[in-house]
Amino acid sequence: MENSYLNMELLRFTTAGSVDDGKSTLIGRLLYDSKSIFEDQLDLVETSSKRRGLDHTDLALLTDGLRDEREQGITIDVAYRYFATPKRKFIIADTPGHIQYTRNMVTGASTANLALILIDARNGIVEQTCRHSFIASLLQIPHIIVCVNKMDLVNYEEEAFEKVRSQFEDFAAKLDVKDIRFVPISALNGDNVVNKSDNMPWYQGSTLLYTLENIHIASDYNHIDCRFPVQTVIRPKNNEYHDFRGYAGRVAGGVLKKGDEVVALPSGFSSKISGIHTMDGEVEEAFAPMSVTITLEDDIDLGRGDMIVRPNNRPEVSQEIDAMLCWFNQKGPQPKAKFTLMHTSNDVKAMIKNIYYKLDINTLHRIENVSEVGMNDIVRVTLRTTKPLLKDVYRTNRFTGSLILIDEMTNETVAAGMII
Amino acid sequence: MSRYNLTHLKELESEAIFVIREVYSQFEKPGILFSGGKDSIVVTHLARKAFWPSNIPFPLIHIDTGHNFPETMKFRDNLVDEIGAELVARLVQDSIDTGRVKEETGKDASRNWLQITTLLDAIEENGFDALMGGARRDEEKARAKERFFSHRDDFGQWDPKNQRPELWNLFNGKKNYGEHFRVFPISNWTEMDVWQYILQEKIEIPSLYIAHQRDVIWRNDTWLPHSEFITVREGEEVVNKKVRFRTLGDITITGGIESEADTLEKIVAEVAAARQTERGNRADDKRSETSMEDRKKEGYF
Repeated sequence: MENSYLNMELLRFTTAGSVDDGKSTLIGRLLYDSKSIFEDQLDLVETSSKRRGLDHTDLALLTDGLRDEREQGITIDVAYRYFATPKRKFIIADTPGHIQYTRNMVTGASTANLALILIDARNGIVEQTCRHSFIASLLQIPHIIVCVNKMDLVNYEEEAFEKVRSQFEDFAAKLDVKDIRFVPISALNGDNVVNKSDNMPWYQGSTLLYTLENIHIASDYNHIDCRFPVQTVIRPKNNEYHDFRGYAGRVAGGVLKKGDEVVALPSGFSSKISGIHTMDGEVEEAFAPMSVTITLEDDIDLGRGDMIVRPNNRPEVSQEIDAMLCWFNQKGPQPKAKFTLMHTSNDVKAMIKNIYYKLDINTLHRIENVSEVGMNDIVRVTLRTTKPLLKDVYRTNRFTGSLILIDEMTNETVAAGMII
Repeated sequence: MSRYNLTHLKELESEAIFVIREVYSQFEKPGILFSGGKDSIVVTHLARKAFWPSNIPFPLIHIDTGHNFPETMKFRDNLVDEIGAELVARLVQDSIDTGRVKEETGKDASRNWLQITTLLDAIEENGFDALMGGARRDEEKARAKERFFSHRDDFGQWDPKNQRPELWNLFNGKKNYGEHFRVFPISNWTEMDVWQYILQEKIEIPSLYIAHQRDVIWRNDTWLPHSEFITVREGEEVVNKKVRFRTLGDITITGGIESEADTLEKIVAEVAAARQTERGNRADDKRSETSMEDRKKEGYF
């Protein structure tokens, strides 16, 4: 048991939805069945539920920890929940369906491998399904599992499942998602959640948990284009490591090996990797998302914000950044406003040069002639920066293709951007 | 598993190291909040890894209630010596003596709330602008809503309803003068992850976590260690039991569990089978439904 635990993988997924689509029930079931809810937590939740006059145990009270959330019975913020099976550890970013939905869904989606979308078999896809799926596509979540839920309420009929499935497939044709799977379930009764359902012999596929445990996630990271943004330089200056000069960072893409020819950007100096170091010893190769320290054969000018790449595979260097922006703040961008833009380990000043259109998140229609940008809006823009960024398209690399904008007065994170 | 895939512990480690290096790069004077508990020991270990072969570039900050397990203090001093880190220790007793805070009285009095003032004073005196802690999102519901980079205003207060969204690998540590950040590098770890990591990395921990014989008192549904700071009440009896502690804090409020787990392997097995959360034995969390949030808003760990 201990050995298998040490070989587990980590899968991060998002859920989104309203109270009545069965999301809490489904999450509750996953947590129960993997023994991730403790007795004292359950006792507390039961007491709290009773005090609120509920006739069921409201599992939202497990993570709606804030006083305001508990008093108002709403989820304000993304809640992270954890469970593990002998195969994998799971992190659920559970995002509330109503308040600041876009902001929360985008935040949860930014680090997810997989989006779990629940559809009520009786109702088919609704506005919220579209929103969540669109954000999964915009944020390039590699896998989507559509759970057609409440199959017990449609007599476990294959037809009902197929109807929802084809409806979703029609809609998803407009999206950019690589891997979509469908599972007919009843979260309430447990059909096809952990165990295969006897009620749906026509379904030949895997259960939800089996899919979560076995879906291939190793290639979710870019292992082709080498990108190593330098976070900081390590110079011990002690006797043993007197001449050690290491570049510390987290691999954002590709596989780096000892002996590789590399180029430092933006300076353009070239060198070779002389070692890849960790406290546990040197490693032969490093890939995303490993945190390592790299030494080079030559002493070159290289520091935070710079990037180590391969000579024949470089990011684009530019001060004009085309991006989709998701606006997070009550206050929209003022004309000529300047922002701090964070991208990899770099931060520069930036302004919004042009806004082309706003996306209607429910219909995916483009609204041109944008006069105002507000909270939760998704807009297509060009940004202008004071210094060039070493950028990739978000679609090929989530780490070197993403950015945030920070208001210079309030220091708040006001927008997130995906480079196109 | 395929060749280019990390185990979950490696991935969590790599995430934490990334966050610790961001703290070093984005702030002027960061520190690690060190209680001598397993979570802050793991954060310290990760900080060593993040800057190896350099020494840890942060001091360890201990806010000392004075009600300590002697084992914790000995462990702390040994660790500081071994890794060559600076120790900043501040005593709650000093805050009491100078009249900054007033000692609680009554039946279940504790110095838990008083630590906040001592901590905030230590931050101001030393000019710390980022303090890393070992809090995890799985351990308490208010902590479930924490960011990796968590902003504190110039009164040290947390505003949980108005937190900055945190996306990808991009951590916004921008602040105005007088404000500071609390940073939680192991946010995404569970109790099980911490124990597995301690086992995998062979990290030294205080002996209190491992089952041992101790004089204890049954109070508030837990085995409270008998110490000079505790008055035995009527109907209570000091007994000797084989116990271990799942969390370590102030000796007057940290209860133990009966356990036979006297090796790390046995502890991992016990944690896997546990049906109670580790903070179930902490009296400080039981004062109200939102006691952690209330303390955190004021500036608690």
